[in-house]
Amino acid sequence: MKLSSIIDNFGSASFVKGAVDPVTPHNTQQAQRKAAMAVLAHAEAGEIAARLRNLALPAHQDLRSPENGLVMLRGRVGGDGAPFNLGEATVSRAAVRLASGEVGFGYTLGRDGEKARLIALCDALVQSRDFGPAVERDVIAPLREQLMIRREQAAAETAATKVDFYTMVRGEG
Amino acid sequence: MTTIAELPPGFADKVLSAQSTFRSVMDAMARPGSVQRIVPMAGAPGVMMRGTAAIALTLFDHDTPLWLDARMSESSDVTKWLKFHTGAPVVQDSSIASFALVSDGGALPPLERFALGSSEYPDRSTTVIIQVDSLTSGRSFELRGPGIDGVATLPASIKPFDLFERLRMNEALFPRGIDVVLVADDAVVAIPRTIRVVSKGS
Repeated sequence: MKLSSIIDNFGSASFVKGAVDPVTPHNTQQAQRKAAMAVLAHAEAGEIAARLRNLALPAHQDLRSPENGLVMLRGRVGGDGAPFNLGEATVSRAAVRLASGEVGFGYTLGRDGEKARLIALCDALVQSRDFGPAVERDVIAPLREQLMIRREQAAAETAATKVDFYTMVRGEG
Repeated sequence: MTTIAELPPGFADKVLSAQSTFRSVMDAMARPGSVQRIVPMAGAPGVMMRGTAAIALTLFDHDTPLWLDARMSESSDVTKWLKFHTGAPVVQDSSIASFALVSDGGALPPLERFALGSSEYPDRSTTVIIQVDSLTSGRSFELRGPGIDGVATLPASIKPFDLFERLRMNEALFPRGIDVVLVADDAVVAIPRTIRVVSKGS
């Protein structure tokens, strides 16, 4: 089965921190969900599940049970940035509905359907007035911190391998 | 106005439910006139019966253009549910539809308006799914054809009353033609294009 959506520049949809639009509540919530999604997509299913276990979860049901599919990854090439199809990537998706009516969607790279379901559940909880703050505090914030630490570590490790080529240009003058 | 928050859910267990429903429909097609039950249950929106909903979740996807009769297409519950769970495009032109969903058999358009397939590709015809009142009581019909040992008897109360007379056009069209699936709640009967039906009265 092929998922109907095409995600353009999936890689660039990475971490969005502090991109909260303060103008309207709608935008705020959208930005909050986007930020949560950016963290959850990079977390392990086990980590999310472990943190959700500490919360008293409301009743919920699978609106769309987890399923796997393919999305076409598109890149840009050449000076004018013409789009081309790079290849297809496996994606899992799910949708969860809380008893109070909020619907959450989860999309993640790979075949881990359970992770997609957990992300959808978190997305629904983030929208809920009663659970939003608790999920943000107990699930997403710690995961975000972990993610930042991992990123900084990787950046530091990469930076340590930096080579200075200043000797190459000497001798001309 | 229906929001996603109010949509009935799809199958609880997608793969096994779809396999089981597919098996029921396949058996119904292989043994025309026999009543098959659809076991897995999904939420059914609006005027859609639960058997129809299960068939929709099993057979429809973005490659199968879908034609809805007036009563189905009026219901935003049904169209949104189909869009969310199956992704099948709903078309106005019944002659390009892979499937047609009919909840009000009385308003069934002339069958010639559906896709009849071509001689090269007779499979590219519309499968018409009609919701009927009952497949266990009503007028008796005698069915003959491949998949039936002799004669099969089907008691059914269906609309339109002259459905099987209209389906006689399949005799002249073969190998082209229309396949019909009758659904009453969770019961399914298929009338493939090879089947000849004689009304016996009640």
